[in-house]
Amino acid sequence: MNRRGALAFWLFVGPFAAGLLLFTYVPIGWSAYLSFFDAHNTVTPTEFVGLDNYTDMLTDRAFLDSIGTFSAFAALIVPTTVVLSLLLALLVNQVRVARAFVRSVFFLPFACSYVVASLVWKMSLFSGVDTGVVNTVFGWFGGEPQAWVGTVDPPLYWVVLVTVRLWLQLGFYMVLFLAALQRIPDHLYEAAWTDGASPGWQTFRHVTLPGLRGALVAVLVLNLINAYQAFDEFYNILGDARGYPPFARPPLVYLYYTSLGSGGQDLGRGSAGALVLALLIALVTLLSGRVLRRSSS
Amino acid sequence: MNPPVGHNRTTVSRVLVRLVLAVAAALFLLPFAVMLRQGLAEDWSTVGELFTDDEVPFARSLLNSVIVSVPQTLGQLVVCSLAGYGLARVPYRHASKVLYAVVATLMVPTAVTFVPSFVVVSSLGWLSDLRGLIVPGLFSALSVFLFRQYFLDFPLALEEAGRLDGLSRWGVFWRVVVPNSTGFIAAIAVIDFIGSWNQLLWPLIIAQDSSTWTVQVALSSLLTAQNPKITLLFAGAAVSILPVLLVFVLLQRHLVRGVTETGLKG
Repeated sequence: MNRRGALAFWLFVGPFAAGLLLFTYVPIGWSAYLSFFDAHNTVTPTEFVGLDNYTDMLTDRAFLDSIGTFSAFAALIVPTTVVLSLLLALLVNQVRVARAFVRSVFFLPFACSYVVASLVWKMSLFSGVDTGVVNTVFGWFGGEPQAWVGTVDPPLYWVVLVTVRLWLQLGFYMVLFLAALQRIPDHLYEAAWTDGASPGWQTFRHVTLPGLRGALVAVLVLNLINAYQAFDEFYNILGDARGYPPFARPPLVYLYYTSLGSGGQDLGRGSAGALVLALLIALVTLLSGRVLRRSSS
Repeated sequence: MNPPVGHNRTTVSRVLVRLVLAVAAALFLLPFAVMLRQGLAEDWSTVGELFTDDEVPFARSLLNSVIVSVPQTLGQLVVCSLAGYGLARVPYRHASKVLYAVVATLMVPTAVTFVPSFVVVSSLGWLSDLRGLIVPGLFSALSVFLFRQYFLDFPLALEEAGRLDGLSRWGVFWRVVVPNSTGFIAAIAVIDFIGSWNQLLWPLIIAQDSSTWTVQVALSSLLTAQNPKITLLFAGAAVSILPVLLVFVLLQRHLVRGVTETGLKG
């Protein structure tokens, strides 16, 4: 019976387990191995270099800058996303007529790829020419046209990077908040009103917000992890035929150019970097999850 | 349920809510309008040009995206639903250890493992090979986890009825569980398909030869090229989002459910 049980289990789980082993566990192990070798353009290196790849990485100004870029990006995108998606959810939740349609409009960009959105942002909305959409609107109010993507001082390229991600992801988080809003039982509102709470701020503060606690934690953590993995919009908006500028390289862009970019594949350093980054994100996720849960309970 | 009469919301605030939503909705639709206007402004000939342009193999890349995304979505559904069911329902001594090994990988974001995975895929000889784009994406720990959570709540009575009718566990899964889970399966499928169609980083490093480019890689290379041809770019963008828009419109109900499941449970 025991053996038959094992057989049945592996019949179901076996294919996935084999794939997980080959495409997740083996890469991580192999990568850990490579990180101690000089692995230029090879996956079977022979020259052991100890911790050199790690010390190289951690003393590399560009690597530390990439962590700084992520921090700046997270500081800009996380609060704006949380506030705006919650606001959208609250507004959409008030609409009685055509609510599904309104929700779809905000959710629609979720189907769009980062490449396509970057294209629209870079070539039309925020194109540096006077006839670019945003520059035209600026002109109506007497504003000067800006180069946007090309403006480093002040770093206006952040406006482009942040707004494109907001457009793409607000609908997703709004849907999460809407689902959470609908799970708040009506009787809690009734009780609050009976107790004399006004339907505006007081009800929001004492009924809605506590009811959204779980969703808030989920949105914050997901948002942080996604910001950490930002690649597509940076690569497509800031990169061009001349390559990628030396600034505003988030961790994955840095890793891409170090380990797999045109300057030759340094898989040893790339692996060391990947492991350091994986460790870092695991720590950030665990800590933020714990801090948020504690502060909200 | 309405707030008490004395607190009834004024007409002013109702109008304000609608006004803000209308402005926001217009802003959200603007990028789509821009894309259509720039890409298909004059006539449909730009689309024809797109498919005959020699520099970027657009038609081929569109086909590659279909060849990658459709089998990847279907394959992932089969592999991950089986594993999720096994973990939820098939008793086995080491099941909890296996589950732990699956959940542990959720902590490691796939994007950070792209260098190590590149190493494995290149040693399999799958660089510039569609298999390198399809196969690694079949094994999603998140999907397995979500399927397991879902199957834990599946009505046991239905499965027992199937067993009484003489079905094996395997038979129960395919003849009873799957037909009664189409809503959930569709939810995961839509999320998978959109993710697969839209991804860039993985195909960018694996599909090094332009004959294996997906549509995202092709658009990205057009966008970062010298003097990009703007109308072609926008026409390409408009064509590339058609399949996902179609899926979005047809299966939106499932998509909303999928997002809620993946976001709040994942």
